[in-house]
Amino acid sequence: MEAFFQNLLNALQWGSFYALIALGYTLVYGVLLLINFAHGDIFMVGAYIGFFIATFLLGTYAFRLPVMLPNEVVFVITLVAAMLLTALVGVTIERIAYRPLRRKGASRLYVVITALMAGLILENGNLALLGASRRSFPELLPKSIYTLGGITFSNIKILVIATTVVVFLILELIIHKTRLGMAMRAISYDRMAVPLMGIAADTVIVFTFALGSALAALAGVFFATSYPVLEPYMGALVGWKAFIAAVIGGIGDIRGAFLGGFLLGFIEIFVAAVFPSTLRDLIAFSVLLIFLTIKPTGLFGVARATKI
Amino acid sequence: MRRFIVPILYLILCLLIVAAIRGEWINAYLQLVIMYAGINIILCSSLNMVNGYMGEFSCGHAGFMAVGAYITSVLNVGLLNMCSGAASSGAAAGPSALLPAASLALFPVTLLIGGAGAALVGLLVAIPSFRTRGDYLAIITLAVNYIVKSSVENIQAIGGARGFMGMQRVVETMTEFSDLPWVMIWIFIFTGLTIAVIHRLVNSTYGKGIIAIRDDEIAAEIMSVDTRRIKLVVFMLSSGLAGIAGGLFAHILGYINPGSFTILKSTEVMIMVYLGGMGSLSGSVLSAVGFTILMEVLRPLQLMKWVLIPFFLIVLMLVRPEGLMGNRELSDIFPKLGWLFPPRGGEEL
Repeated sequence: MEAFFQNLLNALQWGSFYALIALGYTLVYGVLLLINFAHGDIFMVGAYIGFFIATFLLGTYAFRLPVMLPNEVVFVITLVAAMLLTALVGVTIERIAYRPLRRKGASRLYVVITALMAGLILENGNLALLGASRRSFPELLPKSIYTLGGITFSNIKILVIATTVVVFLILELIIHKTRLGMAMRAISYDRMAVPLMGIAADTVIVFTFALGSALAALAGVFFATSYPVLEPYMGALVGWKAFIAAVIGGIGDIRGAFLGGFLLGFIEIFVAAVFPSTLRDLIAFSVLLIFLTIKPTGLFGVARATKI
Repeated sequence: MRRFIVPILYLILCLLIVAAIRGEWINAYLQLVIMYAGINIILCSSLNMVNGYMGEFSCGHAGFMAVGAYITSVLNVGLLNMCSGAASSGAAAGPSALLPAASLALFPVTLLIGGAGAALVGLLVAIPSFRTRGDYLAIITLAVNYIVKSSVENIQAIGGARGFMGMQRVVETMTEFSDLPWVMIWIFIFTGLTIAVIHRLVNSTYGKGIIAIRDDEIAAEIMSVDTRRIKLVVFMLSSGLAGIAGGLFAHILGYINPGSFTILKSTEVMIMVYLGGMGSLSGSVLSAVGFTILMEVLRPLQLMKWVLIPFFLIVLMLVRPEGLMGNRELSDIFPKLGWLFPPRGGEEL
C-alpha cells in the first residue's frame, strides 16, 4: 500500500512535466490547428536557458554580479527569466518559420514539416554549438526529504505538482475570463471570421506561442531541478510523449492535455514499477495505440464535422 | 514498343554499373552511395504513396523498415547456419555444393517474407486509419515506430539493444556462387520493381481512388470508392516496400541495431518526400538520389549537416511549399520526355 502511494506521488511528479508541455502543444493546436513539433525542443531550450541564467547568477563566469544572491532568489529569477526568454524563442520561430507560410495560405501539412525541421535545428544546433557533453544543473533549492506514514517526498516534488495545478487553474482563468482568452477561443472556433470582428489575429497567435513556450520553459527548469542532467536530446523523447499526452486528452482541449499528461505519467511509472523498465515505452505506446483505435478523438476531443 | 523503353534504359544503366564494378572502375565508397540511393528511392517512393498520393501524414516509416530488416536478417542468418550445419560441421571454408546457390535463391524469398512481415505490422496503422484521420493518424504511425523499436530492444534472442549481425557471411556465400556484387544487383531489381509497381498502381483506375481519398474522403466514399480497402492496400504495400528496403539495408551494413530505426530515420525519409514533392514519383526518385548525394557531400560538416539540411528545407517550404515537383511528373515539366512515358491504354477518355 505504501509502495502504491509512493508510486502515485512519483507519477504525479512525472505527469506534471508531461502535463505542462502538453498544455503548450494543445494551446497552439487549439488556436492554429498546428502540431508544433518543435515544442519538445523548446522545452530543452528552456532548460538550457535556465541553466545558463542560474550559473551566471551563481557567479560561475568571469563576468559576475556584484552581490551574491541567496539560492531561492536565484531560483525565482531563473524561472522567470527562462520563461520570458523561451517565450521569445517560441515567438521568433513563429515569426520566422510559421507566419510566412500562414500568410501564403499553405497547407497545414507544410507548416507541420517546418515545425519538425525547426525542432531538428534547435536540437542539432545546440549539439553543434555546445557539444555533446552533459551539463549538470546547479542545485538551487536545498532538497529536504519528509516522511509521512512511510511515504517519502521531497519539497521539490511537492513544488512541481502544486505549481502544475496552479498553472492549470491560471490558464483556465486566462482562457475563459480574459478578452485575450476569448479571442483565442474565437480563433479556434473560426479563423476566417475572427479578423472580420476586429480582432488582431496575429497578436493573439503570438500570445499563444509565448504562453505555450513559457510553460515549456517552466517544465524545463523544473525538470532540470528534479533530474539535474541536461543534454541536447532531452527534449525529443519527452516532447513526443507530451504530444501523445495531449492527443490522449483530445488535442486542442486544455483539461484534456492536463489529464492526459497525468494519465501518461501514471502509466509509465506503474509499468516501470511492475514490469522491467525497458518495457516502459513499449507499453506506454501500445496503450496509446489501443486507446486511439477505440476512441479516435481522445478523451475530450470532438470530431470536426466535414462538409462536402 | 515505346512502353519498354524506360525498362530497357534502366536495365542498361544497371548493367553498366555492374560492369563498372567488375572492372573496378567504381570504388567501394561510390558503390555504397549508389546502394544507399537505391534504398532511399524505395523508401521515399513508398512513403510518397501514403503521404503524397493518399494525403495521410505518416511519420513512422523507419519502424516498418526495422521489421523487414530484422525478419530478413534473422531468416538469412538462421538458414545459413542451418545449411552449413547440415552440410558439414566444418568452418566456412568447407565446400558445399548446394549452399551458395541455395542462399542466392533464398535471398529474394527472405526479403519478400521480411516485406510481408512489415506489411502485417502495417495493419497496425491501416486498421485505426479507418476511423482516424490527419493528426491522430500521425500519432499512430509514430507510436508504431516506437513500439517496433522498443519491441526489438526487448527481444534478447535477436540481440536486443546490442544489435544483430552475421549478414556479412550471407553476402559472402552469395559471392562464392558467382563473383558479382549481389547486394547491388538485388537493390537494382527491387528498386525497379518498386517504381514499376507504384507507377502502375497510382496510374490505374483503381489508383485514382487513392487520389480521391486525398481530395475528399467522404465524397470518394459516395462515389463508391472502397476507401477501407484502398487504405489497407496502400498502407500494407507501402510498409511492405519499406520492409524490403530495410532487408536490403541490413545486408549492405552487415549489422543492424534498433538505434538505426529511430524517428530521425523516419524524418530523413520524410525530408526526401517533401523535398521531391508530394504525389510525384519522379520527384521522389530525383530527391532520393539528390538527398543521398547531398548527405555525402555535407559529410565533412558532421553535426552542422543536421542544422543545414533542416534550414534548407525550411527555406524551401517558404519559397516553394509544394516541394520541387509537387503533383507533377518529369514529363509534365519537359513535355518532350512524354514519349518515354506513354499513357497506358484504356485510361484516356
